[in-house]
Amino acid sequence: MNINFHGIRAIYRFEMARTGRTLMQSVASPVISTSLYFIVFGSAIGSRITSVEGVSYGAFIVPGLTMLSLLMLSVSNASFGIYFPKFVGTIYEVHSAPLSYLEIVTGYVGAAATKAIMVGLIILATARLFVPYSIAHPAVMVLFLVLTTVAFSLFGFIIGIWADNFEKLQVVPLMVITPLTFLGGSFYSIHMLPPFWQKVTLFNPVVYLVSGFRWSFYGLADVNVGISVAATVVFLALCLTAVWWIFRTGWRLKA
Amino acid sequence: MAEDSTWPDGTLRADPDQKYNTNQFIFSSPMYAAEDANGTHADPMIVVRGLDKTYASGFRALKGIDLTVCRGEIFALLGPNGAGKTTLISIICGIVNPGHGSVTVDGHDIVREWRKTRSIIGLVPQELHTDAFETVWNTVRFSRGLFGKAPDDAHIEQVLKDLSLWDRRHNKVLTLSGGMKRRVMIAKALAHQPTVLFLDEPTAGVDVELRRDMWAMVRRLRESGVTIILTTHYIEEAEDMADRVGVIHKGELIVVEDKTTLMHKLGKKQLRLQLHEPVTVLPDALSGYKLELNGNGDELIYTYDTRGERTGITALLRDLSAAGIGFKDLSTRQDSLEQIFVDLVRERA
Repeated sequence: MNINFHGIRAIYRFEMARTGRTLMQSVASPVISTSLYFIVFGSAIGSRITSVEGVSYGAFIVPGLTMLSLLMLSVSNASFGIYFPKFVGTIYEVHSAPLSYLEIVTGYVGAAATKAIMVGLIILATARLFVPYSIAHPAVMVLFLVLTTVAFSLFGFIIGIWADNFEKLQVVPLMVITPLTFLGGSFYSIHMLPPFWQKVTLFNPVVYLVSGFRWSFYGLADVNVGISVAATVVFLALCLTAVWWIFRTGWRLKA
Repeated sequence: MAEDSTWPDGTLRADPDQKYNTNQFIFSSPMYAAEDANGTHADPMIVVRGLDKTYASGFRALKGIDLTVCRGEIFALLGPNGAGKTTLISIICGIVNPGHGSVTVDGHDIVREWRKTRSIIGLVPQELHTDAFETVWNTVRFSRGLFGKAPDDAHIEQVLKDLSLWDRRHNKVLTLSGGMKRRVMIAKALAHQPTVLFLDEPTAGVDVELRRDMWAMVRRLRESGVTIILTTHYIEEAEDMADRVGVIHKGELIVVEDKTTLMHKLGKKQLRLQLHEPVTVLPDALSGYKLELNGNGDELIYTYDTRGERTGITALLRDLSAAGIGFKDLSTRQDSLEQIFVDLVRERA
């Protein structure tokens, strides 16, 4: 099978170099803002809140807040990565290069996911300064980290192709992902909700991500961890199908 | 269907009754007499057959284009704005999805064997699309990788030196002038050592010196065996640079011809005679000639067809003498390619 490894590497390195040029925006900003959550909700207010299912509140919110950053970063990195060449017109070069859609996606999404994982790990390390926590199942934690970032980077890639202005680029992360994450059990267990809202919450896909990720830390889950993994894989498959269709038809990419 | 309306491979020719039949001119020059006794093409690099393109808006940008570009030639594609030049180039390069018809590059189909065709094509687009925040070196290196080539800093260095960009290699693209950015676009297109190079109005908006540098570089590329297809609004450039010229208008290729032959076939020639004495009315004996007098009546202009067996100049001079009209000087003038282009397009409008 003929694979353009040089092409994938070129896109990947190009995107990673962009992060290097914007360290404050790409790395420092999400780390600082998430650290503020740990300080306020973990150390300050969290010390006055009773533990949740045997885990201190400060430690309980670590997986959820990390997941919030991962989702936001994955989507914004990937959407901007593909939107910017479209916006400035340099996308012509990608289209005219001997690259399959899978190779293009691997380059852009791989870089977006890598950046999100890097920042996610920095956030986890920073959180340790304010909140004591442990990771019960490191392998599962890494699995969720990778699956989630790849799936949402793909989602961000789709948003970047769909968007035809900067406002649209921001709409989904701010108006959809942030509310879903806040209402997806980042700050609480869904068992703390009234029975009706517990059922409604199950329609929120982020619940499965946060629950699965938290299970890898403390062995606590709102939904079965197997279902969480399956939900993440299904979302990943849906995004891949959408990307395949986009490249097959040239939707919003080619005339 | 008439036999002569198909190519040897069975694909359709353009309408044989068309006034400027696209196909009848292909390879007509001795330099590109590439059609052998069996009617097959000796060394075609790009072969476009019956290419049609209709955009989602319903606009039909290309109407059954048939075109063959030979290996190692400089082919100029001329046409007014919106004629379909960029659409044709974009389809061959993979940027725009093709409609009906087929395109092969170096014998490979652009749809079925897209990886092979794209890896040998370089494109300098019309617009200055650049990675503004990248350095010149990085953006050119990026292009090479994108096209599947292993890093080769020596080649990148040579390209940058050839384009007088070496001293600017560490500069961010956004700090460069428009002309320098245009050079960067060319460097990016050459980074992967293409054998086919599309230049879509590469000298638009650049100064004279840079334009000359660019065309010198194009000549060097051609000498190294690269096939070059260029579009330009500067007809004199095509006249100066191209081996063959194609004129596209409203999505149709209305003529493809060796440049010299085109000018010979379609260009009108004029004989201008500076008269001894001004003349107000021409005698009836000269009514059979296509003559014009200038405003002062001291210059007689005779337009003749270079394609005819006889130009009629000898007879005219004899009849002028018989009519007692003397002249003190004479000169001839031939239509420029620009005039031919304007006439062709106007005729089709």
